Amino acid sequence: MSTAEAMAGVPELGKLITRRERIRLPIWCYALLASVVGTAYSFRQLYPTPESRARFAATVGRDPALAVLYGKPFDLTTLGGLTAWRMGVFGSLLLAVMSIVTVVRHTRAEEEAGRFELVGAGAVGRRAPLIAVLRIVLGTQLALGVLIGALLTALGMGASGAFLFGLSLAACGWFFAGVTAITVQLTDFGRSAGGLAFTVLGAAYLLRAFGAGSGANGPTWLSWLSPIGWTEQAQAFAGDRWWVPLLDVLGTALLVAGAFRLARSRDLGGGIFPARPGPARGAASLRSAGALGRRLHRGNLIGWGIGLLVFSAVLGAIADSIAELVGTSQQANEIIQRMGGQGGIVDAYLASCMNILGLVVAFYAIQSTVRLRTEETGGRVEPLLATGTGRLRWAAGHLVFPIAGSGLLLALGGLAAGLAHGGRSGALGRQLGELVLAGLIQLPAIWVLVGLTVAVYGFLPRATAAAGWSFVGLCILLQELGPLLRLSHWITDVSPFATVPRAPGVAIPAEPVLVMAAVGAVLTVLGLIGLRRRDIG
Amino acid sequence: MENIIEVAGLRKSFGRAVALDGLDLVVRPGEVHGFLGPNGAGKSTTLRVLLGLLRADGGRAVLLGGDPWRDAVALHRRLAYVPGDVTLWPNLSGGETIDLLGRLRGGLDPARRDALLARFELDPRKKGRAYSKGNRQKVALIAALASDAELLLLDEPTSGLDPLMEEVFRRCVDEERDRGRSVLLSSHILAEVEELCDRVTIIRRGRTAESGTLAELRHLTRTSVEAELAAAPTGLEALPGLHGLETHPAGEGTHLRCEVDTDRLDRLIRALSAAGIRSLTSRPPTLEELFLRHYQDAEPATAAAPAAASMPEAAR
Repeated sequence: MSTAEAMAGVPELGKLITRRERIRLPIWCYALLASVVGTAYSFRQLYPTPESRARFAATVGRDPALAVLYGKPFDLTTLGGLTAWRMGVFGSLLLAVMSIVTVVRHTRAEEEAGRFELVGAGAVGRRAPLIAVLRIVLGTQLALGVLIGALLTALGMGASGAFLFGLSLAACGWFFAGVTAITVQLTDFGRSAGGLAFTVLGAAYLLRAFGAGSGANGPTWLSWLSPIGWTEQAQAFAGDRWWVPLLDVLGTALLVAGAFRLARSRDLGGGIFPARPGPARGAASLRSAGALGRRLHRGNLIGWGIGLLVFSAVLGAIADSIAELVGTSQQANEIIQRMGGQGGIVDAYLASCMNILGLVVAFYAIQSTVRLRTEETGGRVEPLLATGTGRLRWAAGHLVFPIAGSGLLLALGGLAAGLAHGGRSGALGRQLGELVLAGLIQLPAIWVLVGLTVAVYGFLPRATAAAGWSFVGLCILLQELGPLLRLSHWITDVSPFATVPRAPGVAIPAEPVLVMAAVGAVLTVLGLIGLRRRDIG
Repeated sequence: MENIIEVAGLRKSFGRAVALDGLDLVVRPGEVHGFLGPNGAGKSTTLRVLLGLLRADGGRAVLLGGDPWRDAVALHRRLAYVPGDVTLWPNLSGGETIDLLGRLRGGLDPARRDALLARFELDPRKKGRAYSKGNRQKVALIAALASDAELLLLDEPTSGLDPLMEEVFRRCVDEERDRGRSVLLSSHILAEVEELCDRVTIIRRGRTAESGTLAELRHLTRTSVEAELAAAPTGLEALPGLHGLETHPAGEGTHLRCEVDTDRLDRLIRALSAAGIRSLTSRPPTLEELFLRHYQDAEPATAAAPAAASMPEAAR
């Protein structure tokens, strides 16, 4: 195929993608700019002098949990260094998610829906959708990187570090666009292609965290296996290693080339793995809306379970070495004392891990709640509701997963963290109980998000997905940026996760937990009432 | 026995778009009822209201003696539905989907299911996403036909089926009628409706345009007549109910072609016989012609002369 033929239809598809992304893409850009530049601005207000920054570096900057979960500090005496430390990992994750979601939506999801068949019959190259969406995603991220560089420079930070930081974030986004370009070739479903790419992202996060959590003699090199680690290792404002983001660019090029190769050897609509035939008869148990729900959600829940098992186990395993990261100096001892001793540091770290676990499981909860709407718009609800199945029974078959399945995942996460940590620190029984509880305590907050989404589904069904994902996004932003921007409690408490007790290590008050559970239940019931009263379809 | 479906003055709007605007529909027990209308006339909306998926804005709808919205679940155990656009769960096999839908309806007869699988030549082991449109349609059809429902609601059930399978479908519907089931069949395939349906309702822009047996509908419309006459006929212009008259000399006589309102046929034949009939063909209107009249009515700008009677706005 000549280049001209391969590119046929790309500009037109590009316009189509831009049109369909006219709301989402600006939101991604805004979220990234607001968090990075907002954080930078806030640091400038809070720590204007080198002395104030030095004080900050010697206290908060020494918190090992932050180093493991959010990024290693290299030079906290400059505003740029502070910003790069605090936003490097977070910004990389944000851009990676943007890449995964956008690439899947315009390639595999289009094929799955059968729409690409319509487009592909025109004068459009086979690889045109992938080329078109990559041009848009990579272009947007490059522009974002440059913009961040310019804005941070305008805030008075060193231009070299500012542009390096912006571009290294963009490069991480590029890498995951490349990863997704591969995964969408492998599977038949957009959902599993996204799942595969998110698994790679999770692994990248864990490798970086494990590397960062290892003491001087540990396998710190693990961070170097992770594109998220590369953003960190570029050491913007503290050495400016310009060659590191080139690793991302090289990786992206290789991945995209690989994706094109794979695309050549598969059929439209098909994956690399061929579909297997199913049973000729329904199992005797497949006889209710609940059974169908279990069948539809089973694979996804198992996938999440395995993923979170590994995720939590790795985070748990880091817990023991965490106190060593503070160091052994006189000053370090003071910090350790102030944070409640060795045990206090470990507990604070584990509480942060459980908090992150809660936010990750919230993704699962919203994903499986939104399934209600995709089943409806996919036309698969109509034949079901035309049988003896009522609307509530049908909805319950799905909602059991965000409501109870999330609890299962949280318990599993707590268990894995407890086993990994307790296994190494030798207090297995106590750790297990405490961490399972610390995981489960996140559940009522998730119920609030699920309830909100169900309520929207009942009354404004079209807005279901947008609302659900916005709720999760808002919670994450408030969680990450609230303390940095010193937002008032009135604002940060909008997120139900702000009210979750920071267990383990604290007594768990019953009141907030019960209140959130009740709010979640009321919202869910409200949504179901709406569902009973409205038109389907 | 009371009617299976009784709809009167049914109204439903989506925002500003009016889908149903006073629709009437009666399906009697044991009949196969054809439901015809151009795309977007409101056929699927009517079926969805009858299934309790949509809530009517006004009018009355009674299904199997119950309220389709309030008694939805109880009523659904007594009916089976085939949507016009069948989408299946991509990771469930066809066999699983058939069994699931049947069981949710209160059970299906395994022997009938297997017989239908064989008749429709469907491989039940394929996954939902691997089926072609026609095969997806078969999955829904088999699930519906294998049930013990009193009423079948079929929304363009043969779209995507090949002619052989259409034939199988027709035989199945005939058998359903023999077993005393009632069927509401929305369709665009007029030969199918002509062959299967006892009564027909034609709808147009959300309203019932005509309803009755095919014989009744034919009677309401025109018969085409073609004749060779010995001489030129006289006085035809004065005949009421004559349309599209064409005459031209042919050999020694005259060739005539026209359409006439069926209840005026007698007077036309008398006038023709006065001119000496050498040969005569008279053909009752096909369903297609009946239908086309309403299709054309649906487009106000282009619907001119042929259907002025039913076009009050155009006449104004």
